[in-house]
Amino acid sequence: MSNVELPAEVEELLRVALVAELTVLDATGRPITYPLIPFWDGSRVLFTSAVLFSRKLEHIKANPKVSVSLSDPTAMGGNADRAVIQGNAVVLDHEDPHTSWERLLPLWRAKEPVIDMFVKKRFGIPLFFERHTIEVEPTKVLLWRGGDTSAAPDVSVPRVLVGS
Amino acid sequence: MGALAPAEAVRRSRAYPHGVISYVGPDGFPVSVAAPHASTDGDALVLGPLSKDLLPKKGTQVGVIFSHIRPQEGVGYDERRYVNVWGPAEVKGGLVTVRPERATGWDEAETPFFEYAERTVGRGREYMDKVGAKPRLSRFWTIFLATRLPFLTATVVPVALGGAVAAYDDRFQLGWWLLCLLAAVAAHLAINVINDVADADSGSDGANVNPTPFSGGSRVIQYGLVTRKAMVVTATALYAVAAVVGLVLALTRDTGLLWIGAVALVLGYGYTAKPFRLVHRGLGEPVVALGFGPLMAAGTYLAVTREWSWDAVYASAPVGLLCAMILYVNQIPDRPADAATGKRTLIVRWSPERVVRGYAGVCVVAFGLITLGPVLGITPWWTLIALGGAYWAYQTYKPLAERYGMPYALIPVMQSNVVAHLATGLLLILGYLLAKAF
Repeated sequence: MSNVELPAEVEELLRVALVAELTVLDATGRPITYPLIPFWDGSRVLFTSAVLFSRKLEHIKANPKVSVSLSDPTAMGGNADRAVIQGNAVVLDHEDPHTSWERLLPLWRAKEPVIDMFVKKRFGIPLFFERHTIEVEPTKVLLWRGGDTSAAPDVSVPRVLVGS
Repeated sequence: MGALAPAEAVRRSRAYPHGVISYVGPDGFPVSVAAPHASTDGDALVLGPLSKDLLPKKGTQVGVIFSHIRPQEGVGYDERRYVNVWGPAEVKGGLVTVRPERATGWDEAETPFFEYAERTVGRGREYMDKVGAKPRLSRFWTIFLATRLPFLTATVVPVALGGAVAAYDDRFQLGWWLLCLLAAVAAHLAINVINDVADADSGSDGANVNPTPFSGGSRVIQYGLVTRKAMVVTATALYAVAAVVGLVLALTRDTGLLWIGAVALVLGYGYTAKPFRLVHRGLGEPVVALGFGPLMAAGTYLAVTREWSWDAVYASAPVGLLCAMILYVNQIPDRPADAATGKRTLIVRWSPERVVRGYAGVCVVAFGLITLGPVLGITPWWTLIALGGAYWAYQTYKPLAERYGMPYALIPVMQSNVVAHLATGLLLILGYLLAKAF
């Protein structure tokens, strides 16, 4: 997997955001938006979804085109910048939903430290911890420094780092 | 997420400073861009202004999400809620007006996350089936859940009390007492497991969207962690262990134990299973009071000493009553699901006020028996220390009415109620041991 460079401001938003809005398209082409914790691993925007809330996973499998909105300054540590990342998503449904998502725990823990307590008590809500990972490969990024979306955004195509 | 009336969704959306408008762009990718509330227009949302390059075309079907969290430093976040609406866009002067035709939403203050998750168990299992995966837990946690191991205190206390009364009478024999404990534990675990099977068959556990650690069953069948067949096999094996050990005790100690064992097995099996379904008839509490009080304690005394003891019956009556109160209070959160599936427990049959009065009444009787025991010369004076258990009974009673309809707020109340039984039982046992020592 190659590393992808996003504008530094967008990588910072992904690093701090407690919630992003993931928009997928349903079978009729209607956009449906889900608030989720985003993660950034240097090459993909990552989400993890419990099988309990699997409708989004089915939509992505049928149509991989998605967008990710980073819009809420309250959820981004007061950072007023806003961004939209469009890209192709894939659900890693060949992986074991019981354990595969645990590799995201370091990123998850950094944003939601209480998750460790819930993981320890996963026997109380076992299906919440049967999860699949969504990987979004960014294809286009829109950035509003200062967050004023009435202005034209800076539009960029993510740079693939050669040799990575 | 649940469906919302569009007008209600518009009303709720006004509490959010901005929404995220989404629509399908010309390249087929969704566009999702934040826009502030501009104004309100009856049942319409007016958002913007937006950069002209990002405005949807007039008449485009758009979705708008309004999402809220409250960050909690060092924890994560809380106060999750969102509203989703869909409708055609009107575009004018950089503003987007949407008259919602459809809306959904979730607010964890109205539907707690655990209930929200519980309502989607069916979808989760369907997805797991599609991808060929099976939900699982470690073997330890699967056994822990399926047998509901922590509830074994309900068995250990009366068996230990029977042993303590025997010790007070200078007739305790550890080997026979341990065999009693084994039979009682196996029978109790078998009852727990078969109870889950019966509640799965009747649909009462499946209909329950507010399970707690104390109520709503183990849910291993509903979650797909253990098959119904495996549960039946487990219950049968546990019943067999209880029956064999009970038979050994009856043949070597006292044949009266055959009757006690037979009654215990019938009551245990018939508690939720057909044809008796005693708990469905509002008889769960008396059955538990009898089985987890005098039957176990006096049965233990008989097996250990080869003599029947009315003193053991009397001493264990408060423990049985308080154990019945564990069941009684734990059924309060189950009330809607039990009522919907015809499981007419006392909680279903009675008004909340009567249920709370019933709890207080039984506790008064239980602690009254403890008080009267030494006065009547049945139990030693030291057993009065068991009145200390009334503290936790009062801690259960006090908030019961106020939290009656709030399943998750009842968790500490149910916990306190379990402690009331455990503390009273352990203090009774201690009272007998102190009376023996001094």
